[in-house]
Order: sequence, then structure tokens, then C-alpha cells
Amino acid sequence: MASETRAPSGDVLAPDGERRRDFLYVATGAVAAAGAAAVVWPLINQMNPSADVLALASIDLDLSAVQEGQAVKVSWRGKPVFARHLTSAEVEMANKVDVKSLRDPQTLAERTKPGNEKWLITLGVCTHLGCVPLGAGEGEVRGDFGGYFCPCHGSHYDTAARVRKGPAPKNLEVPAYVFKTPTSVTIG
Amino acid sequence: MSFPWANEYKPTNPLMQWVDSRLPLPRFVYNAVGAGYPVPRNLNYMWNFGILAGFALVLQIVTGVVLAMHYAANDKVAFDSVEHIMRDVNWGWMLRYAHANGASMFFIVVYTHIFRGFFYSSYKAPREMIWLLGVVIFLLMMATAFMGYVLPWGQMSFWGAKVITGLFSAIPLVGPPLQEWLLGGFAPDNAALNRFFSLHFLLPFVILGVIIMHVWALHIPGSSNPTGVEVKTESDTVPFHPYYTAKDGFGLGIFLMLYCALVFFAPNLLGHPDNYIPANPLSTPAHIVPEWYFWPFYAILRAFTSDFMFIPAKLMGVLAMFSAILVWFFLPWLDTSPVRSGHYRPLFRKFFYLLVVDVLVLGYCGGAPAAEPYVMISQIASMYYFLHFLVILPVVSSIETPQPLPFSITEAVLGKDESAALSPAKPAIA
Repeated sequence: MASETRAPSGDVLAPDGERRRDFLYVATGAVAAAGAAAVVWPLINQMNPSADVLALASIDLDLSAVQEGQAVKVSWRGKPVFARHLTSAEVEMANKVDVKSLRDPQTLAERTKPGNEKWLITLGVCTHLGCVPLGAGEGEVRGDFGGYFCPCHGSHYDTAARVRKGPAPKNLEVPAYVFKTPTSVTIG
Repeated sequence: MSFPWANEYKPTNPLMQWVDSRLPLPRFVYNAVGAGYPVPRNLNYMWNFGILAGFALVLQIVTGVVLAMHYAANDKVAFDSVEHIMRDVNWGWMLRYAHANGASMFFIVVYTHIFRGFFYSSYKAPREMIWLLGVVIFLLMMATAFMGYVLPWGQMSFWGAKVITGLFSAIPLVGPPLQEWLLGGFAPDNAALNRFFSLHFLLPFVILGVIIMHVWALHIPGSSNPTGVEVKTESDTVPFHPYYTAKDGFGLGIFLMLYCALVFFAPNLLGHPDNYIPANPLSTPAHIVPEWYFWPFYAILRAFTSDFMFIPAKLMGVLAMFSAILVWFFLPWLDTSPVRSGHYRPLFRKFFYLLVVDVLVLGYCGGAPAAEPYVMISQIASMYYFLHFLVILPVVSSIETPQPLPFSITEAVLGKDESAALSPAKPAIA
């Protein structure tokens, strides 16, 4: 055609000066980038939890031997879980607190299961940098609010394991769990 | 690059001539650390620490590779395999202590090296790239040392891994998945230990690569010197070999004496006794602290105890700790004084010594329990730390009147040119 313009290389130029070869450059670059991303992703993803780690998802815990005022510590997903049988005094103390005044406002009822308000089941992992707070074992320091005390950076938790003092931003996490029978729970 | 008066490599040995004309590696070494590299004649002992850091890296790589022949990176046996090294492997006790204390010596040397740079403003043009690469090396060193400390799988190893990876969980949104990715699980376990071993092996070689660039960048303008005055003439310099190879060798001897004293007579002085207790995921040691070389930064992390606007205290602490090192990247542009050496900067000098004291105070607080008065002291010291870099340094460099600089390095060493350098040498004995 007479109106056809050509680059010095002989390539046909579109009216705006682009060559079909420019499109090929972009398309080739895009395929190379997609290929590189597809190679990088498995290299990154191999570090995420593997199937055997994920398989350790749930555990059963028998609570029949835990008396009022006692707590047990069990390992779940490599982290400790505290299961505490609250005394009436501890329940009362937890309910007396003005929830709005808390850093992470939650009632005891929101942190326990209906009908089992005396069972406080939380992760034993301080929400600051992950140490295990004291207070689950016999005779351990339980902090200024009668719950748990983290020795690493001095976070205090109350009888509902809510953060009351120190650098921790959140209450001790309540894991997903269900009561299978009145004295046994499945965590995870 | 080198100065025009640098000695030229002229091999006399036929073998070296043969090699040099095919692969000029001997020439490269001669020009880098041999007689072909002119260096300011007035370097003091503060200029020994680069070589010492290089030596410490080689020491760590050699002892590390050897230890890896006997260590098992599995959470069931890792602690026992280290005890096996201590008890059964020939000279294993010495190699293990050599590696552990080698890390401490490495950090002592590198901290001295960094503060040398602070005092003599070695980061100023045209040496910014050397400085930036140096900060990268320091960050890599900290990551490497952290992962190495995890490997024995003692209590401090485990909880250190938990807390340090926990730092990343403070990042909004991506934090918790990022921590799980780093650990390969929900808490430190075999997956974490195994990958830390792999990365602890890899990173020293990355450090070596960055060091090569660090030295390469250094060889473009050549070494800085205590006057901060650039090299002008041949009389300002001496060849690196034999003058500085000998001086560095002497410094290395002193280093080795201190190092051997540590390894053989106080190998556990700088370690934490709780790391002789096997890791227990259900119980955190009451007094958990990192190794001493992280204490100043740990104190900054812990100094943030209350929320600041929408940023939680935890994230603030993490940001502050990382910023404490990242601020070094901006140092060449924060210190705008045209004078390099602290010797000629009276006001800067006072604040430099205050910074040294401040970092020592931070270090002390980082090793102390997280209780009053240490928390308050570390809050004040952290504030001063950032104040120094972000406010004091720019202000001081703009208001200060520096003292007169010597005309040249030669003049600084020998007195006025006309009376000393250009006059005939005096006999040694009158």
C-alpha cells in the first residue's frame, strides 16, 4: 500500500509509530515475568507450614480431674493452652470489671462457652511477643489482677485472661474449641 | 583505582609472569592489599578493625563449617548433638567455644569499626557507598548471629526464635502470616530449626560477597584517615604491604590474645546459662534476654510501653528498633559538615562521646530486667539516640566552627612542610 510507513529496519509502522515488533517485546517480557513469578512462588511457599504441621490441628483434653481454682497446661500446635477451672470469686471479679475501660474490651461470657462459664480456655501465649505467662502452675505469680503475669516484659492479665497492664496489645487468645462432653473438650 | 605513584606489579618469577598474563589474579591481589595499594601514612590503631572483622568472618566460616559436620538440625537431637560435639568430637569443645565466642569478638570488632566511622565521619563523600554496604553487612550479621544462636535448641534459643519472629507479627495485616511463614508452623519447631540451619550456613557467604563490594568501594577513593584530609602527594602515603600488613598483623596478635583468653578461660562469660537447658515450649525463662550484642537494640524495643495514637506499643517498639539501624543509612546526608574528622570538630566531638555513653547505657538496660528504673532509663536513652542522629547531628554540623585543618597528611604527621617534610632527614641518634 502506498500509505504504509516503514522503519529503517523494514518493519511496518502503525499510524502512531508503533511496530508490531514492539508488541512482541511486551508480550515476551510479560511471559518471562509470569514464568519467573511461577518459579519464585514455590520457593517462597515451601516455607509455609507443611502438611504434617497442619495435620496437628486438633487435640482432645480431659478436664475431669481439674478442680476449681486449678489450671492445666497442654501443648497444641506447639503452643501452650491454659484450661482454668475458675472459682466463683474469680468469675465475680471478672464480671465486676467495667468492660469499656479495658484495652481489649470483652466480657467473661464472650470468652467462655455458654453453660461452661467456669472454664476459661486460652492460649498460654502472651500477645506481646509470645512468651508463656506465669499463673497456670501451682504457686506461680499471678500478677496484679489475679490472672496471669508475663515475666518477659511485665504484662498483667486478669481472671478472665484480659490484658490489664504492660505492653501486650490484646487479651490472651481464646482458641476455637467445643465441649464434647461436660468434662472434655476438643481444641482446634 | 589507585594513586598515580602506586607501585606497578612486575613479577620476576616466571610462573607468576605466566599466570599474570593469562589470569591477572596475582596483580589483583598486589593492587588490592599488596605493595601496589598506597594508604595514608597516619592511620592509627582504629583502622585495624576492618581487617579484624574480615578475620573474624573467616574464623566463623571455618569453625562453622566444621561444627556443621557434627551438628544435627533436628529438634529431637539438636541439643544432644551439641553436647556430643562438646564431649565426643575431637577438640569439639574448643571448636564450639571458638565459634560462640567468635561471634562476640566479631561484634566487638564491628562495633568499634562502626564507631570509628562515626567519629571520623568515614561515611562522608566520596565514601557513602562503603558506609551503606557496611550497614547492610551489619544487618546480615545480626540475622546470621540470631539464627546461629537458635541452633543449640536451648531455652534461650527457642524463646529467642519465638520473640524475634514475633517482631514480624507486629506488622499490620501481613504480620501473623509472615511469622508463620518464617517459622513454618505456629511456634518454633523442627521446621524452624531446620531452615535456620540452612540460612545460617548461607548468610555468611552472602556477607562475604557484600564485604568484597565493601572493599571494592573502599579502593575507589582509598582509605580515609584520622585528619579527614584527602591524600595529596606521595609523601602522604605508604604502600599497604609491608607497612600496614605488619601493623594489622600486630593488631591481629592482640585480638587473638584477647580471643584466646575468652575461649580458654571464660568461654561462658558472655553467654546465657539458660541456654544449657533444653528448649521447653511450655515454659519461658523468667529473665529472657538476647545475646549482649543485641542489648542496645533490645532496650529500644522495650522502651515503648504505651500506645501512640493508632500505633500499638508493640509495633512502635519494633519500628523503633529497626529504625535505630536504618537511620544509619541516612547518616551521610544528616551530617552536612564539610569537615570529616572529629579531631577538628569540638562540638561534634562532645556529642559523639555522649552517643557512646548513651549506647552503653542502652546496652546495660537491654541486659537488665524489664522493670523500673531500667524501663524509664531506656526510654530516655532511646529518645536521645534518635535525637542525636535526627536533630543534634544536622544542627551541630550547620552551627559549628571547625578548628583549622592541617594542609596535608604529611604536615599532620611531620609538622610544617618547610620545617620538617622538606628538610633533610635528621639522623636517628644525634
